[in-house]
This record gives sequence, structure tokens and C-alpha cells, in this order.
Amino acid sequence: MPFNLLKYGLSSEYPVEVDLPPPCELEPRYDVVIIGGGGHGLATAYYLAKYHGVTNVAVLEKSYLGSGNTARNTAVIRSNYLTSEGVRFYAESVKLFQNLSNEFDFNIMYSERGQLTLAHTDATVRAFRQRAEVNKHFGGRTEMIDRQQIRELVPTLNLDPGHLPVLAGLWHMDGATARHDAVAWGYAKQAAKLGVQIHPLTEVQDLVIEHGRITAVKTNRGTVQCGCAVQAIAGYSSLLMAKAGIRAPIHSYPLQAMVTQPFKPFLDPLVSSSALHCYVQQTGRGEVVIGGGSDPYPLYNTRSTLELKEGLLAHAIEMFPFLANARLMRQWAGITDMTPDYSPIMGLSPVENYYLDAGWGTWGFKATPICGKTMAELVASGGKTPALIKPFALDRFSTFQQVNEMGATAASH
Amino acid sequence: MKIMPCPLNGPRNISEFTYGGELKQMPDPASCSDAEWADYVFNSDNRAGVVTEWWMHTASSYWFLAERHTVSDQIIRTFDPKELFNRRIEFSAPATETPA
Repeated sequence: MPFNLLKYGLSSEYPVEVDLPPPCELEPRYDVVIIGGGGHGLATAYYLAKYHGVTNVAVLEKSYLGSGNTARNTAVIRSNYLTSEGVRFYAESVKLFQNLSNEFDFNIMYSERGQLTLAHTDATVRAFRQRAEVNKHFGGRTEMIDRQQIRELVPTLNLDPGHLPVLAGLWHMDGATARHDAVAWGYAKQAAKLGVQIHPLTEVQDLVIEHGRITAVKTNRGTVQCGCAVQAIAGYSSLLMAKAGIRAPIHSYPLQAMVTQPFKPFLDPLVSSSALHCYVQQTGRGEVVIGGGSDPYPLYNTRSTLELKEGLLAHAIEMFPFLANARLMRQWAGITDMTPDYSPIMGLSPVENYYLDAGWGTWGFKATPICGKTMAELVASGGKTPALIKPFALDRFSTFQQVNEMGATAASH
Repeated sequence: MKIMPCPLNGPRNISEFTYGGELKQMPDPASCSDAEWADYVFNSDNRAGVVTEWWMHTASSYWFLAERHTVSDQIIRTFDPKELFNRRIEFSAPATETPA
């Protein structure tokens, strides 16, 4: 044994695997420039290289990989939305997530625990019936459950919080969680292996648009020519779109979340209540993640407010009274690009070869794989929008064809 | 605690207020195109910087305007809407064609 150890120690081939190649110089031109090195941008690059053989691709990230909302979401994966367009899209994403660890040969810690949403009013119960049926129709696993079943599933849950007794639950068995950083790293690693160039610390400062086409992007490391460009950023979507001369139906609000000290495992499913504007889940490390709705007014700042924390925690304690003794370990915020109908903006833009992946509000992480796959298809085909994302086009707002997901999104990630 | 200086009620906790969106110029609904109307209804500048926006003191239902920096969250000025809306607007019904 010691000899083996010595052999490894002296061998130049050990350690064998490097996850990401060291950063290199920017080339003067790429076929595809992807702005934003989060989950969405890296996934788009990966699928472009994997399925379409497009490898002359650069992913430009202003900070480090996955440093934006990829690292700030609460890592919920689910497909129990309301509209057929939404469910079809997110259900495909859940399917891709299930196989990602194998595909990457990299553990994204995918954990299928199920998601439980609570109804406190008759109106919510009716909406749940619809969501259960729509979800089943598109191949998801969702059903309505009663108080007794909820009690068995989550014994620590208080079924009679204040004036809002729990009437029923929407039990979404496909609900899951995963390590969000690992998703970005997995895509980055595999994309780099296929020849995609990844450039952290490269901020896109301006877009060069001539005759309705994008020809180059200006970065803090110089100007890069491009055959086409994909915008895959979050928090500042509308500001970048404005640089391309595109008006956006986006308002940016901070969303605050927090994590408690670790506890012994007590909570298997992800539990959410839209009436209490609160969702609670326990991570693999035992910490309890608590999140809620966005702030009450727009802001480009990830500061934290005591007021929102107090309100959110009051509701979390209503749901799980023993949390009253918990200590908070961390709190943070992310800037969410909210659209009027709570659906993303994907696909073509008024600039011919500039593709949009924007307006991801509070529903971006769960769509990472399908978003990358469909955006890659769009880019590789030179602008033929895949059927799955047609309903999310920017022009749905001028043709009044919104995809309303508000009821299935607000504070119930 | 964040304080909003209300032109009517003085400095109050910001949780007493409701955000009402950016101040926008409304196109004439009788003559503008669908695209112009959609732009007015849905799109916004969403600027990172000083913006002028509507706020309401919820308890007194009083609407006013605020100039706020959307990065630092600093409220620079609040004022009564009559500073901008100082002329009477006539809402005359569009002329209807008489059936032949």
C-alpha cells in the first residue's frame, strides 16, 4: 500500500481530472456569445455543443460561475403549475433533472422528496383540483390529499395555524431539490470538455447592434465579435435588454430567504403555503431553508430588511412551531425579474440574432435544463422557436396572449 | 425600519404604504395603436437609478409621487401629484357615428 501511495504521489498523471480548464485569452470572434455564466447560460452552451455540434461558443460571466441567482434560489424543482404551456415545459425540466447526475458524471445531489402545497381556503382547494388534473394530464405525479394524509406525511406541521386551518394539500410527488451550484458546475465542466470557452470576470458592458443585428459585445476585456448572442442573465434582464434597444415588461424586486442552524432530519417533503407566503424545506445538511414572496417594491439591491424577515419567520413558526427556538445561520437576497404573468420571456427579440432568456423571476432554477436545451435548439436552428417555448415569446404582451402562472408561482416555489 | 416621508401624513413606516408603479405618460386610448397601449400597460423602464413613482399611504388612501433611487433605496423627495397634474382633464366621449 505505501508503495502505491508513493507511486501516485510521484506520478505526473495524478490527479487525473481537472473540472475546468484555466481561463484563457478572449478570442476576437465566436459563433455564439452567451451572456451570463449561471445555470441557464452554461446549460445552453452544453446542449449547443452536445446536440448541435456548435462548439465555437463563449460564455461570458461578470463574476464567478453561478454567482448570481443560480446561487441565491432555494433550489426547488417542481412542475405543478397551472397552465398547460407551463406544466408541459416544467415537466420536461423535471425529467431532465432526474438524469443529470448520470449525464454529468458529477453529483448534483438530486433528491426527490415531493412538494406539499397547503390550501387554507375553498378557493385554493378548487385551484388545486385543477392543478392536479392538468399536471396528471401532462405526465406529472400530483394528487389532492386530506388533513389526515398531510399529518402522516409531515407530523411536525401545525394543521391549524392561527385563523387559517389547513383544508387540503396538493401533493406533488415529482417535487425535488438539488445542489444548485453543482448544477452550474456540472454544465460548465461538460461544456468545457466539449470545447466551449468559459470566461469568468468578463462583464458585458455594451452591445453593438448594426442594421437590426448584433455584431459584437463590448466587455471589460475588450470587444468580441459574434455570430449571434444569447442573453441569459437574471436580476438585470431589463437593463441589458435596454442596451439592445428592447423594452421589457419586467420589474426587478429583491427576494429574501434564510437558513437556520442544522436539525436532525424531521422534514422530508418541501412544504409551501401561498396563503402564509412562506415555504419551508430541510436540506441534506439538516438546515431549514425558509423563503417567501418578493419584497413589496422594486429595488436593485440585495440588502436585507428586518421587517420582511419578521413577517416571514412569524409565518414559518405558525407552520412549524418548534422553529421558534431555532437560530438563523444565514440570510440573503436575490433580485428577481418579475413579469406581469409570472412566466419567463424566451426566444426571439426585435434584434434578429439576439436571443432572450429573461424574466425568470422566482422560477428560474427549476427550468435550468429545459431552458438550456430549448435555447440551444433555437440558436442552432438560426431562430426557429421550439414549440415548447413558443408561448413564452416576448411578443405575447403586445398580442395579449399571456401565460398566467401567478396562482401557481407566488410564494410557493 | 424604513421611513417614507408622506406629503400628507408626515414620516411613517414604509410598511404603511403601497407601491403603485412608475410614473408613465398615458397614450390617448382613443387614438393610439394596440402596440402603444400594450407598451404603456406592460413595459417599464425598470431603471437602476432615480425614478419617479406612485405610492399610496394605505391607511388614508392618499396617492402621491416619490423620487427614489432604486439601487440605494434612498427616498429623495415626495410630493403631492398636483405639482404635475395641475390642469383639468376633460373626458369627452368619442363621437359615435349615427347608423345609416
